Amino acid sequence: MGRYLLRRLLQSLLLLALVSMIAFAILHLAPGGPLSQFLAVGTLGQEDVDRLMAQYGLNRPLPVQYLDWAGGLVTGDWGQSYRDQLPVLTKIGMHIGPTLELMISSTLLAMFIGGLIGILGAVRRYSFFDHLATVGAMVALSIPTFWFGLAVIYLFSVNLGWLPAGNRETLGDGSFVDRLQHLLLPCVVLALVSTAVWSRYMRSSMLDVVNQDYIRTAKSKGVSPMRILVHHALRNALLPMITITGLHVSTLLSGALVTETVFTWPGMGRLFLDSVSNRDYPVVMGMLMFTACMVLLGSLLADLLYSVADPRIKGEAK
Amino acid sequence: MSATQTVSLAVPRRSLAQRYPALRRFLRHKPALLGLCVVVFMTLFSFAGPWVIPFNATDTDIRARLMEPFAGAHVLGTDPLGRDVLARLMYAGRISLSVGFAATALSVLIGVLVGLVAGFYRGAVGAVLMRFVDAMLCFPSIFLLLAIAALIEPSVTSIVVLIAMASWMEVARVVEGQIRSLRERDFALAAESLGAGDIRIMFRELLPNAVAPIVVAATLNIAHAILSESYISFLGYGIHPPTPSWGNMLENAQSYLTNAPWLAIVPGVAITLTVTSFNFIGDGLRDALDAKLDR
Repeated sequence: MGRYLLRRLLQSLLLLALVSMIAFAILHLAPGGPLSQFLAVGTLGQEDVDRLMAQYGLNRPLPVQYLDWAGGLVTGDWGQSYRDQLPVLTKIGMHIGPTLELMISSTLLAMFIGGLIGILGAVRRYSFFDHLATVGAMVALSIPTFWFGLAVIYLFSVNLGWLPAGNRETLGDGSFVDRLQHLLLPCVVLALVSTAVWSRYMRSSMLDVVNQDYIRTAKSKGVSPMRILVHHALRNALLPMITITGLHVSTLLSGALVTETVFTWPGMGRLFLDSVSNRDYPVVMGMLMFTACMVLLGSLLADLLYSVADPRIKGEAK
Repeated sequence: MSATQTVSLAVPRRSLAQRYPALRRFLRHKPALLGLCVVVFMTLFSFAGPWVIPFNATDTDIRARLMEPFAGAHVLGTDPLGRDVLARLMYAGRISLSVGFAATALSVLIGVLVGLVAGFYRGAVGAVLMRFVDAMLCFPSIFLLLAIAALIEPSVTSIVVLIAMASWMEVARVVEGQIRSLRERDFALAAESLGAGDIRIMFRELLPNAVAPIVVAATLNIAHAILSESYISFLGYGIHPPTPSWGNMLENAQSYLTNAPWLAIVPGVAITLTVTSFNFIGDGLRDALDAKLDR
């Protein structure tokens, strides 16, 4: 177990090093460069730009710049925003709260609803409901998130006026109820894809379990169907879902960016879009790194939790 | 001579579906069939449609601004500049579908090459390539797409390249896994012992045997590529007006949500229908081509 943990950690660190190289290369090998917008707009002359390049250290060879930046990543100095000179980590820290709030709440919602749909689909396999759930999940995976968001805004905010169309709280209010009202729509929109994913995997995981011998044994000794479902089947069917949730972080982050844009939610997605449109290289690179770390952490945690929850894995990893 | 002919005629002719069990399985998959019909329809609609309808996608008509659908000559209404929404939907479909197909072709090409080399030359080369794939997969796709999209000159070609660059990794993984197991099989060893070169073994022996999962991955990739185009266009870094795409039609529609909701409904339905169809086709192909699932 210890050795397995160590190996996984080392692998992740190696992957992070590679990720940092790619993030750096994407931005620095692209045409233009961080200061090209000033030249294009004409607010700064060539000599001003040269001076800024020297100030930011952008005139150094790329490998030197990379080592400097990567060294900073390790020591916690992720650079400063070109726009407001705030440290990148501070900026991310200012925006991560709302994004996590959105991601966690929608994951919980998706687990509950998607899990329920999946279990029902497995129990009533090939029923009308099962087919409906299959088609529904496929459609849910295919709807552009922003379009679903617009539809929800049109229906519940514009037409019915039940819920606010954007932002995290009403200015000057910010009570719990107010924030809950603001959270509801974006949470549902972001949860759509996750719900579809959960329902599909829950269904197949459940089907795997109900065909096992011990379920038949339980049936034959007269355990009630409900008790078999909850005590025998569900507990084991939920195990693989740990992995699914861990691997879902990447999709969830992408979805969060789009959802935040539609609902003007002040999270990391907004920050990333703003930084990208302002060519704020340090923030863009920092956020690419940060989201990649979150994705890696998701799969790492999933692996660990799984090996803790499933005693069979422990035996193999020794 | 004639006797043999009689004998051969006596063998009952089998239909295509009987000869190819995979085709039979695919034809039994109703959602996939329906999806195929929708895709054919959307392709015809987009590429042949503009010849049929009397409107042009770029002609503005200020007197006919924001006309509602199903009310007059404009079947799907008009946009704020008086352009016919149906015509725009068709031209946008040309762009969106072409981007989907082209980006998939490119991403499959990259993915197959990387996967082939990584699966064939295991050891250091394979490890480095596959770790690179792992690292690329760490980035959430929209973040990756936007980071690059903002830096390059937006055009249809650059968007195609961009989407391909962000989506070849899954194909590479699939191919690598297949090739790695295939090259241990007897026929590959036989080819090797006969003195066939690496390139020949890779492309003539191994790759044809890995076609099925590549086709499935490619189909699902088209769905993904069309969605990706709509996302980056919606966020303002994709295909720019006046070239219409389903994504930027939706972006424009956003400001008219209250008084002209059809501007958002129409392209959104087109995207959802098309993407769902490709996903279903991919699903059907996976069931049909995977012999293990044969029931």
